[in-house]
Amino acid sequence: MPPELESTIVPKVTTKNMSAAPKPRPKYYDLNLAHLWPPALLSILHRGTGLVLFFPLLPLGLYILQTSLASEAEFARWHELLHHPVAKVAIFLVAWSFAHHFFAGIRYLILDLHVMGSKPAARASALVVLALGLAAAAAVGACLW
Amino acid sequence: MVTARYTKNPVGAHYGLGNWLLQRTTAVVMAVYTLLAGGYVLWRAPASYADWKALFGAGFFRLATMLFLVALLYHAWIGMRDILIDYLHGTGLRFTAQFAVAVVLVFYLIWAAAILWGVPA
Repeated sequence: MPPELESTIVPKVTTKNMSAAPKPRPKYYDLNLAHLWPPALLSILHRGTGLVLFFPLLPLGLYILQTSLASEAEFARWHELLHHPVAKVAIFLVAWSFAHHFFAGIRYLILDLHVMGSKPAARASALVVLALGLAAAAAVGACLW
Repeated sequence: MVTARYTKNPVGAHYGLGNWLLQRTTAVVMAVYTLLAGGYVLWRAPASYADWKALFGAGFFRLATMLFLVALLYHAWIGMRDILIDYLHGTGLRFTAQFAVAVVLVFYLIWAAAILWGVPA
């Protein structure tokens, strides 16, 4: 429906709320990922990166550790493989996942100490953490390329 | 006179707080290891196989890595349990998934120990 027609069909509520009762329901929350406020975005990314770090990154890491320590030839094979352009992109994503989980976790530890718990402070610290994760990944990227 | 009275606790098994605390203590252990190991690699990157083997051949680093991995596995257990409780509804399905995660984590623990103490001399 074009927005200009909206006011003609949907009656506008003009009644003044005289009581201290809560505003009329239902409330509408936009749960689209793009509309999450920073702490919520940080939180779901903390969970998502945690899941990815558990699987597949943890067994992959153990496998790389095992084979790279096993022999010089295997070490050389991984050394070469990890310099492949596709592997560099993967390392960048892994670095971001780890960094985001790391910084978001430290933010939670600080919040648990009842430090920076107010809404504006929590919002600001969430933005800082989101930026730090990207910055750490960028630093790893700068070393890679 | 003391009388013992049986009272059923209505609010859970009470390991939630312990898990909450362990999730945080394991996080601190991992964070310390990450900063130390990360700092070491920045200071002296293991560029050759000999360096790499020497790093994991050192008793202290081997123990620290094992401590990190134990913390990681317990941390992963609590995190995965939270995720499964939130998204997998149906007790049978959830318990099956939790059992699978637990088995996998114990497998990783044994695997990690085998890797770290099986480094060729």
